Amino acid sequence: MANSTTAKTKAVEPAQPANMMGVIAPAIGWLIPGAGHLIQRRWIRGLLLLISIGALFVLGLMMQGHIYKANGGDILDILGFIGDLGAGGMYIATLALNGGQGAIAFAIADYGTKFMIVAGLLNFIAVADAYHIAIGKKQ
Amino acid sequence: MTVQLTHFSAAFVFALFASIVFGITHRETSRDMVRYGLYCFVMFLGGALAAGWAMWLVRR
Repeated sequence: MANSTTAKTKAVEPAQPANMMGVIAPAIGWLIPGAGHLIQRRWIRGLLLLISIGALFVLGLMMQGHIYKANGGDILDILGFIGDLGAGGMYIATLALNGGQGAIAFAIADYGTKFMIVAGLLNFIAVADAYHIAIGKKQ
Repeated sequence: MTVQLTHFSAAFVFALFASIVFGITHRETSRDMVRYGLYCFVMFLGGALAAGWAMWLVRR
């Protein structure tokens, strides 16, 4: 029997040339949210990312949220640490200033903790976006 | 310095900022970014309100 289905050929994307911006933009974007876009002259996007991620993290701190450290031990603490780590420079500065020591004794403090974790996770997405712009995959 | 947000205002602030980031990072053109951001905002806040009313119904 003749094979009626045609062989689907996968569209192979052309290899993106490696460039310096592909390394610098994600790195600086991780340290300072939105900076990966700003150095690529995406001013409005960069500023909106900086304001949004920065405000979420700072609000989380002001709501007496808890910040996780690397030596959590508990699996949920480790996941929280990975989320917090995404905030980059803000996370490092908070640790250096001994902030984020809330005990999560009430609901709003728990929300604050989640705000900071989500700020870090959103920054991971922003870093990936900055990388895609740097390699020309996105405008 | 501390802030005391209500549950709704916390949900509102979360939905607003998360939607901005989602809109910027998940779409290509400015128009699509705004549309997707608004969609995410409505879904975040609408989902929270719907879940709240569902829990109220369950409790009764």
